Amino acid sequence: MTGVVVIGAGPAGLAAAEQALRAGAEVTVLDEAEEPGGQYHRMLPRAYAARHPERLQTGWRAFDRRQRRVREHPRCTFTARTRVWALEPRADRAPLVHVLRGAADSAGGRAVLEPEALVLATGAHDRVLPFPGWDLPGVFTAGAAQALAKGERVLVGDRVVVCGTGPFLLPVAASLLEAGGRVLTVLEANPAATLLRGWTARGRELLPQAGKAAELAGYAACLLRHRTPYRTGRAVVAARGEGRVEEVVIARLRPDWSPVPGTERVLPADAVCAGHGFSPRLELPVAAGCALDRGEFVLVDAEQRTSSPCVYAAGEITGIAGAPAAAAEGAVAGWVAGGGDPAAITRLLRRRDRGRAFAARLARAHPIGSGWPDWLRPETVLCRCEGTDYRTLCRALEDPARDAARAVRLGTRAGLGPCQGRICDPTVAELTARRGGEVSMAHNRPIAQPIRLADLAGPPEKERNS
Amino acid sequence: MSPRMVPAAADRAGRTDRPLSITVDGAPVSGIEGQSIAGVLLGAGRLSWRRGPSGPRGVFCGIGACFDCLVTVNGEPDVRACRRAAVDGDTVLTQERA
Repeated sequence: MTGVVVIGAGPAGLAAAEQALRAGAEVTVLDEAEEPGGQYHRMLPRAYAARHPERLQTGWRAFDRRQRRVREHPRCTFTARTRVWALEPRADRAPLVHVLRGAADSAGGRAVLEPEALVLATGAHDRVLPFPGWDLPGVFTAGAAQALAKGERVLVGDRVVVCGTGPFLLPVAASLLEAGGRVLTVLEANPAATLLRGWTARGRELLPQAGKAAELAGYAACLLRHRTPYRTGRAVVAARGEGRVEEVVIARLRPDWSPVPGTERVLPADAVCAGHGFSPRLELPVAAGCALDRGEFVLVDAEQRTSSPCVYAAGEITGIAGAPAAAAEGAVAGWVAGGGDPAAITRLLRRRDRGRAFAARLARAHPIGSGWPDWLRPETVLCRCEGTDYRTLCRALEDPARDAARAVRLGTRAGLGPCQGRICDPTVAELTARRGGEVSMAHNRPIAQPIRLADLAGPPEKERNS
Repeated sequence: MSPRMVPAAADRAGRTDRPLSITVDGAPVSGIEGQSIAGVLLGAGRLSWRRGPSGPRGVFCGIGACFDCLVTVNGEPDVRACRRAAVDGDTVLTQERA
């Protein structure tokens, strides 16, 4: 029997676990949260004892059935509140999985797992482009606002502006409205023409995604009901206030996202929720030695195998495509990792391929325009952890002695703070590439989660095979 | 307006709140069981609680990626407030820098 470890219990990880169990494997699922579901199916805390958790969820019934099937399976160990802080590659075998169990960022609870096959399903976090004032309290990532509303019933503000690009902005606005907030407007930076071109090209390919379209239509209806306008070709180009967001500056954008001068408008607001796509969480794949596709996503073959032996990848780390596509990939990865015959899952493979086509379409419809740096000012913070501003980065990039990405990093400190570049890396890489400099998206964080020195110095609590 | 908790009576999810209390820099702050420390602070109307290099910081990413919301909990420094579940009686200290 194959011992499969699945990292992440979102749509991809849960589907992987389900299929690996079906293939006959012994499965261990690891997740940081208390409950499975990942960000898409973020569940309310158990202590809330909610009578109607399904009212906050899309596709709750199918999800709930799957999570029960996985958790209650005799060959499955579901380990909540577990953080993987390192993967240790081994020749011709799956890497060792180093974990910390217990409350987040707490001491103690170190253990090592020794899987025969490893499925990585670590997901993504919001990408946010910087703008003047984006470091003010009251500016949230779109995902944070939704996580708080859906997962804790906390509303980030009462006069909220949602901005960025991508269909994700709609469910975020809907979650805020559902929770009783007032969403002043939803701003999609891409113009309607780009959206139409991206979404309608080869329309027949979209038919299998009809469920997704219905979901989006539901969000659109919710916005209409609350009279929240959805506007294209516009963005928040600055947030202002004394110690917190008090107003935002909105501007019309050209198709390349450079603001049209003279179109700026000031709107009083107490919160901004911004999301310009997603950054895949690649530290564990990189630590496992997985090759990346153009430096952006984990490279996988037709059966979700990575370039690293016995390591499979699924979900947003292989391409941003949303929950159904992630689940389809997870199902393939789990089945194959668990020792199942790929010839037996043609239906799953077809569903996975449709998910990949959807990812390509999403990327075409919601690109990041090249003109966004026009809204930066010299003093705009790029690295939130270290306070590195745009002026400092430009100076470093102009200095021929600092051509190497590493030198820019050391000279400006961008990416050297506690988040280790998770938030600013895409920004710094893009601004560097624009000036012809050497680009390095690090993702190389051998310590993937904070671990206290005392825990590192001591032996793991127990060694266990999976 | 400030951030706030959806009132239990108006919550379609049908919550059953069990109150808890933590202290933040010595002052009592109440929340409900199951909330993260960040949720308790936001629910109490606080948007920021850490001093970053360019100004005050609170929650940004909400899922543990940005480390903006770090606090010291029961003597343990650098705890992500958005990831740590609040426990009744927790002593939270705000931090200057990580």
